[in-house]
Amino acid sequence: MIATATRSRLASGAIAAFAVIALLPLLLSDWVVFLVALALAKGVVVLGVVLLLRGGLIPFGQALYFAIGAYTVGFLANRFGIGEALVALPLAIVISALVAAALGLLLTRFRGIYFAMLSLALSMILYTVLIKFYDFSGGTDGLSVRGFALAGVTPAHPGLVQYYLVLVLTAAVVYVGARFIASPLGYLMQAVRYNEIRIEYLGASAGRAILASYVISGAISGLGGALVAYLIGHVSPDLAFWVSSGDFVFVAVLGGTSSVFAPLVGSIAFEFVKNYALKFSPHTWQLTLGVFLLLVIYFQPQGLWTLLTHPRARPR
Amino acid sequence: MNILPIIVIDGITFASWLFLVSVGITFIFGVLRILNVAHGSLYAIGAYLGATLILQFAGHDQRSWITLPLLLLAAIAVGLTLGPLIERVFLRRVYGQDEVIGLLTTFALFLILEDVVRLIWGIEPYLVEGPFRLFGRVRMGGIAFAGYPFLLTGVATVAGLLLWFIIHHTSFGRQVTCVINDREMAGALGINVPRIDLMAFALGTFLAALGGAFTAPMMSVEPGMGVSVLVLAFAVVAIGGLGSIGGAALGCILVGLARAAAVQLFPEIELFVIYALMVAVLLWRPQGLFGTIELRKL
Repeated sequence: MIATATRSRLASGAIAAFAVIALLPLLLSDWVVFLVALALAKGVVVLGVVLLLRGGLIPFGQALYFAIGAYTVGFLANRFGIGEALVALPLAIVISALVAAALGLLLTRFRGIYFAMLSLALSMILYTVLIKFYDFSGGTDGLSVRGFALAGVTPAHPGLVQYYLVLVLTAAVVYVGARFIASPLGYLMQAVRYNEIRIEYLGASAGRAILASYVISGAISGLGGALVAYLIGHVSPDLAFWVSSGDFVFVAVLGGTSSVFAPLVGSIAFEFVKNYALKFSPHTWQLTLGVFLLLVIYFQPQGLWTLLTHPRARPR
Repeated sequence: MNILPIIVIDGITFASWLFLVSVGITFIFGVLRILNVAHGSLYAIGAYLGATLILQFAGHDQRSWITLPLLLLAAIAVGLTLGPLIERVFLRRVYGQDEVIGLLTTFALFLILEDVVRLIWGIEPYLVEGPFRLFGRVRMGGIAFAGYPFLLTGVATVAGLLLWFIIHHTSFGRQVTCVINDREMAGALGINVPRIDLMAFALGTFLAALGGAFTAPMMSVEPGMGVSVLVLAFAVVAIGGLGSIGGAALGCILVGLARAAAVQLFPEIELFVIYALMVAVLLWRPQGLFGTIELRKL
């Protein structure tokens, strides 16, 4: 249980951090601003991963919802000419949540490595469908996302508007995630991780907690995918590929699972390490990321977030 | 024209290939309880090394029987070097931790090995068709099949039987069985568990490289070749039940036949059918066909 003082300190810290991020476009170059927006949007996807990891479940197929959200935006913009974010984003959330509710009914029967592999298979099904049905999805070329608009206005500087849109929605998702983690169902998920049978002896349903987490997780990751689609301006089947899911789990563990802010910290660290690795050693950027991940696993297994909250805590 | 024989033969040869690439995953998981995401990269390294040896030693034409021992040699070399190295240096630290840590450690190794392959062998594809042409074509029921895939079936069968023999009829195999059933008790009985871990991982690595090396003559060896193989292998071992070698064999045959049927009848769903089969099997038997149900602990 987090003490009230710590919680209010965390809340004021979060408000200060979001305020600083909101001022970044005044200070930094466009590409850094774009990178921060991309990192936050992907951090939203990772928050969905974290909600499940807290229950000891490994969502090794979260790219499924990432791609569903992204392709919702892609379809609306490319096939129907609707670039309106106020239409596409809620739709992305609803579709992701519905798919998660349907698949969740199957997945909640699985734990451990089988949960990971089945979610992987489900995301790969979407991947193969997106690749093979060219007329419907554009195949490996994907779809371009044109005509971004917000509340009927097509902005002159879409990058800046998207940046603040991502920022506001990230803050909202973080708030929802924090409320969920602090709710009875959220606490139940933590207990699922340690001992499921005891939960059932206490009269609670582990399956219900997992299903609820899975639906919320899917909806959140779908929203993140939709935001990424607007930012990048293009969607392709690679979004649903298993390596994409691996990256999300990577970032989740990188940031840590102890706080709703951890995924954002992890995501920003990941995007910057990845970009600088690409810039300074274009042939070994994956190697750099792999070494970075190994170092975190070996020396900071609780994630980067604990560096901020317990700077002197020693690794186990 | 009757396409049933085509489906059966294509299915069997595809299943053989699948068995070679997936049996190592299920074996390593059985012993170490780690799902090896780097398995596809080890497969790719086996293919590259096999191709390199053939280009180096098999002469200009490559159509020589010497190529087959060279491919085997490549697999042994990868198993003896990379296997112990990865197990000792990277995996040993994470035993007994959360499953996600084991998964991510091998994911990190996957990222690292993908770039190491590019650094060593570059991005140009390698073509070593010699062994493939060596086997020519086989006529069966009026249809000509390439001969080389039948060699792959032979290699897979021999590998599977040898593995079965090792596990059931050698001292090493019995020790492995002990470790799989109860690591702590096995250690207490005097079995050198870390040594078994090391040898099991090396054996799994060898099997991955063997699959890669003998696939090299059938395709162009190029970066990224291990990336998509991995999920196919995951599907197979999940269908069969993780840790079960017999299950992996059955999973391969099911997936091989299903894919061959799809290729002939509905080519659009070639890959889709594999994952659909996996989902269907897991819904019916959540632990896979031959998997054991793990008791939930209080």
